[in-house]
Amino acid sequence: MAMLGGLLERPTGTTGIWSWLTTIDHKRIGTLYLVTAFFFFLVGGIEASLMRLQLAIPDSSIISANVFSQLFTMHALTMIFLAIMPLSVAFFNWIVPLQIGARDVAFPRLNALSYWVFLGGAIILNLGWFTMTAPAAGWFAYANLTNTTFSPTNGMDFYVLGLLVLGTSSLLGAFNFIVTIINLRAPGMSLMRMPIFTWMAFITSFLLALAMPVITIGLVELGFDRFFGTNFFVFERGGDVLLWQHLFWVFGHPEVYILILPAMGIVSEILPTFSRKPLFGFPVVVFSGLTIAFLGWSVWAHHMFAAGLGPVPDAVFATTTMAIAIPTGVKVFNWLATIWGGNIQLKTPMYFALGFIALFTIGGLSGMTHAAAPSDLQQTDTYYIVAHLHYVLFGGSIMAILGGIFYWFPKMTGRMMSDYQGKWSFWLVMIGMNMTFGPMHYLGLVGMPRRNFTYPEAMGWDVWNLVASLSVLFMIAGIGLFVWNALRSARSGEVAGDDPWDARTLEWAMSSPPPHYNFAEIPVVHGRDALWEQKYPDEEHAAPRPVPAGGAEEADEHHDIHMPSPSYFPFIVALGIFLLGITLLLYQAAAVAGYAAGAVGLILLLWGSYGWIFEPTD
Amino acid sequence: MAHDATMGQAEAHYTTTGLDHRKILMWVFLASDCLFFGALISTYMVYRSNVPTGPGPEIFDIPYTSVSAFVLLMSSLTMVLALAALQRGNSRQARLWLLATALQGAVFLGGQFYEFNVFVDQGLTITNSVFGTSFFVLTGFHGTHVAIGVFMLLTLVGASWMGRLKPKHDLTVELVGLYWHFVDIVWIVIFTVVYLIPS
Repeated sequence: MAMLGGLLERPTGTTGIWSWLTTIDHKRIGTLYLVTAFFFFLVGGIEASLMRLQLAIPDSSIISANVFSQLFTMHALTMIFLAIMPLSVAFFNWIVPLQIGARDVAFPRLNALSYWVFLGGAIILNLGWFTMTAPAAGWFAYANLTNTTFSPTNGMDFYVLGLLVLGTSSLLGAFNFIVTIINLRAPGMSLMRMPIFTWMAFITSFLLALAMPVITIGLVELGFDRFFGTNFFVFERGGDVLLWQHLFWVFGHPEVYILILPAMGIVSEILPTFSRKPLFGFPVVVFSGLTIAFLGWSVWAHHMFAAGLGPVPDAVFATTTMAIAIPTGVKVFNWLATIWGGNIQLKTPMYFALGFIALFTIGGLSGMTHAAAPSDLQQTDTYYIVAHLHYVLFGGSIMAILGGIFYWFPKMTGRMMSDYQGKWSFWLVMIGMNMTFGPMHYLGLVGMPRRNFTYPEAMGWDVWNLVASLSVLFMIAGIGLFVWNALRSARSGEVAGDDPWDARTLEWAMSSPPPHYNFAEIPVVHGRDALWEQKYPDEEHAAPRPVPAGGAEEADEHHDIHMPSPSYFPFIVALGIFLLGITLLLYQAAAVAGYAAGAVGLILLLWGSYGWIFEPTD
Repeated sequence: MAHDATMGQAEAHYTTTGLDHRKILMWVFLASDCLFFGALISTYMVYRSNVPTGPGPEIFDIPYTSVSAFVLLMSSLTMVLALAALQRGNSRQARLWLLATALQGAVFLGGQFYEFNVFVDQGLTITNSVFGTSFFVLTGFHGTHVAIGVFMLLTLVGASWMGRLKPKHDLTVELVGLYWHFVDIVWIVIFTVVYLIPS
């Protein structure tokens, strides 16, 4: 085994680029996810801005129909798979081990592999931009628009291969967090004492583990059709185009909850902290999350009302969809009751959390209007749907994520972001978001179809389209200010201290940023809001008691804490997976290149895997 | 090369449930894998009776496939015996049973390879009908699982030969066994759905 594992000694560096390539520290991997995903969030934002530029005035010809199709397809894919999901995963990485009192995730190297595979998939998905042949059949990629006749470019190949690689990353991450949360909780932390964000990460990981396989099989089938001439979705040879829709939405609807549940978890952490009250009805919030996740599997065909499934399926799926409003509404009322009577501290994260509640409720209510099948037939494929989904995904997920970044920034960097600038970003984003997506409700209801690259004059759509497009400037300003605030504060922000918000959960128990081993001593948990109980053991208004939970100044005493060394192998395996991912593309371009990439990829995968298995523990 | 490098890096750590992380990981992976097969089996169910061109399900040779299915099922028995032998401390016997399991897996794969060839000769290909498409992709996906299993078993056999598979690594063998039994159970479902239930 010396040949396999010993070619490379385990790396030991803690600075420089090699330390990032080989890191298996959950906090550094979280930072990698956060930076990469925020970069793609900006890319997706540029794609959206270009579309709004084209739609600002009628009969515009700045962007061609073909490029417009690529933009709306890639905007959705980027925001879903490369921004919101990995931003949530960034928080899972950073926060979950700290909240449950663990020194790292259960499988640190697997965690690094998830990130590098994610990066490879993100690159494959975006390769099309280099030849202006990005995917253009919508993120839902309905058959038979995706076959080689109607999508003759490589666009859908990038889609299939990119999403397959990204799915691998999501699955590995989900497995890791399920095991971590089941098996690495500090002594005394029963499931019902687990912080709410960790709960939502737990539920989301199960959704990922069970939903990604379905889209993976759909993608494999589509890939076989495109690369090997099979007939899964070839209508003329017996293929059923509706099968794709079913496979896609069986994944696609749980995916919606994969996007929103982590955001709900973030908000459920921020609200109690800044209301200085425990989360109202904690068990009910947990079980609402579980109910949403469970019911999320029984509603997929509400995306297909227009496909003509018949009155019985339509009625069933309309009913189950409306049922999801119950646990969701319960959560909203729990959040309101959490704030009620609290000692509210109006800091920036609280602004974003309150904004989340308002916008997500609007998005949820508009969602209920197309849960009813007859009403949906009026709304489907119009801007009304665009308005709805941006209220839940931008007003919901992104607002919560921005709030989450602001909230945990001091823990991650040791420095505070500027509250004054944070509130400016909040208001700019809030105004921009409502002025851009709000008018789309109206545009949709008066009949403006989505995904068209332009619209004629005299439809009565001009004014609100112009308003929507101009308001994007507010969002650009708000997000730009947010980025500047983060970059500046990371270097020269006010020093934060361990627990700047006087918060409730264990991630605030150690120094900011945390030492690489997180906890000098694994804490013993005696109740929910573990840190709060330690700080205020007797009564609510007693003076805080200092909590010795390990910090930088104690680091010298704890150099004996054993943490696993960094490893090259996750990066090597991910590189192998990336090369295997582009093998078929290269093969189509030049057979030799395909064979070369396939062979090298396979060798890297095997060498990396065996090296991984037999790698010395230190 | 550190001398303590071993299969799977077994190390006693505190865990909440008392179970090893890797065991939970394998169960979660298998739960996820159920959905992979579930989606493919669903596809096959939709398409099985849709045979516009080429041969249909009458092409199956049920006695022939029953024999290879039997071999695969028996490999679960030898897998259990391998784990039991290792836990008794008999590494040599464990190695033999692991090898026997891998060989039975290989026999199943050979049978599938031969069966695919016969079908192609009779005109059923992956491209000429949705029945062929969904049949080959479903059974091929299962065959790929078996092949990966054989690969892992042979890795264990190799590690055992090099003296690196000791009784304290019984969890590693148990996990490969879990995977192997799962692949067997899935074949029971596929064999029933594809071969036995008439369309």
